[in-house]
Amino acid sequence: MIEPQKLVNAQGESFTVDQAIANLRQREDPSLRYYAAWWLGRFRVTKAAAIEALQEALSDETDRSPDGGFPLRRNAARALGKLGRSESVPALIQCLNCADYYVREAATEALGALADGRAVSPLLTLMAGGVEAAVLVPGKPHLVQPYGAIIEALGQLGDRQAIATIEPFLNHSVQSIQNAATRALYQLTGEAHYGERLVHALRAGDLQQRRSALMDLGAIGYLPAADAIASATAENSLKLIALKGVLEHELGQPPHSLSADSQRVMALMDSLL
Amino acid sequence: MSEDLSTLIAAVEQADSATALVGAVRALAMAEHVEAIPTLIEVLGYNNPGAAVAAVDGLVRLDQAAVPALLAHLDGYNYGARAWAIRALALIGDPRALGVLVEAASQDFALSVRRAAAKGLGSLRWQELPPEQIAPAQTQAFNILLQGCNDPEWVVRYAAIVGLQCLATDLGTPDLPLSPVKKLQQQLQHLSRQDESPAVQARAQLALDHLTSTPSPLVGPHGGQ
Repeated sequence: MIEPQKLVNAQGESFTVDQAIANLRQREDPSLRYYAAWWLGRFRVTKAAAIEALQEALSDETDRSPDGGFPLRRNAARALGKLGRSESVPALIQCLNCADYYVREAATEALGALADGRAVSPLLTLMAGGVEAAVLVPGKPHLVQPYGAIIEALGQLGDRQAIATIEPFLNHSVQSIQNAATRALYQLTGEAHYGERLVHALRAGDLQQRRSALMDLGAIGYLPAADAIASATAENSLKLIALKGVLEHELGQPPHSLSADSQRVMALMDSLL
Repeated sequence: MSEDLSTLIAAVEQADSATALVGAVRALAMAEHVEAIPTLIEVLGYNNPGAAVAAVDGLVRLDQAAVPALLAHLDGYNYGARAWAIRALALIGDPRALGVLVEAASQDFALSVRRAAAKGLGSLRWQELPPEQIAPAQTQAFNILLQGCNDPEWVVRYAAIVGLQCLATDLGTPDLPLSPVKKLQQQLQHLSRQDESPAVQARAQLALDHLTSTPSPLVGPHGGQ
């Protein structure tokens, strides 16, 4: 890991863990607080004082965006998702009721990353009303809830009670939500037809859809997709990230002994560099 | 310019959809004509991955003939285009690209450029250099790739390992001193155990397995002596 003490801040000054925590705690300069929250997540600072300050920032009232959002809360939630500490789970669950869509989305992603079962039922609550309720907010570029993130998190959490709620979203009108549902259902059921549905999406006419399918296949580590990923019409960078996900799923826990399949995936990756 | 070639170039310039562009670039690439080179290089900057793959393929088919134009027209402002051009140079393997690949691998801010350059540094056609330049050129590539093993981006470290494996297998000169051999083995062992990315660990392990099972002037019981 990179030594946080050796890094510099946006102004080119050296920046220590204690300064970052102090910057997050002070109330005069919102931009310093915003940056400090990101920094603590980026450099995986798991000191108790950092966790505490980030959790406090989840209920910040001072930093408001023009549309009424809470930028600092969003960054704090993202950071807590990276720190992997289960004591943050209750505070993040509280954020699922925040009026700011992007705070709910960031908290959902963090809860997915923390993989704590306590998040399952609060996340399912956000999906109340099913596909019929999953509509655009008038005048906004997003739906009433961050469904894609919620469904992905439920897939990561691995609780099969989510299956029945997610299934109808295979037919949601937004393609990326269909993909999220497909990916989560693969993770929850292990059924290959869900993986194949994402492989099929790699041939979509729209580049954004192909990119999103690549990320989904990497996230679930679906080995039979390796060749289709390598030959998809998309940037090599994204194909490499997807194949990395497939490889790391195949490798399992260290120490790694390299299976024939692992070596085959690496050969594909080598050819895309 | 032949009429056929003008038609193919016009089809690229007039393509009215992303898919039509890919088809037109493929057709132009298949023509394997040197006068297609400027158009193929331009396509690298269109932000259309399908078309860029076809254009790289066309440039690689033209081999050495495409190298001077690729070197002269590296796009300093569009890192997407630069990454594809570096990839084409890497696949061609003409050692005239050495200086550009060294600079790209060690200094470019774009990870896609550093990644492509690292792979290319391992697979240049060294025998095309004057004999006295081969060892110094390989040493330079070797040192840049060792540095690449410490890149903050996993994919650049991965590519540096691929480059080093290829370079170590390919080295035709037994003249390198022992120290690079040791450095390479130490670096690969370190990465295979300590890298934060399991994919990089696995690739380092694969390179070690490969190098210890293949007789090589760099790694082996009498490597580098």
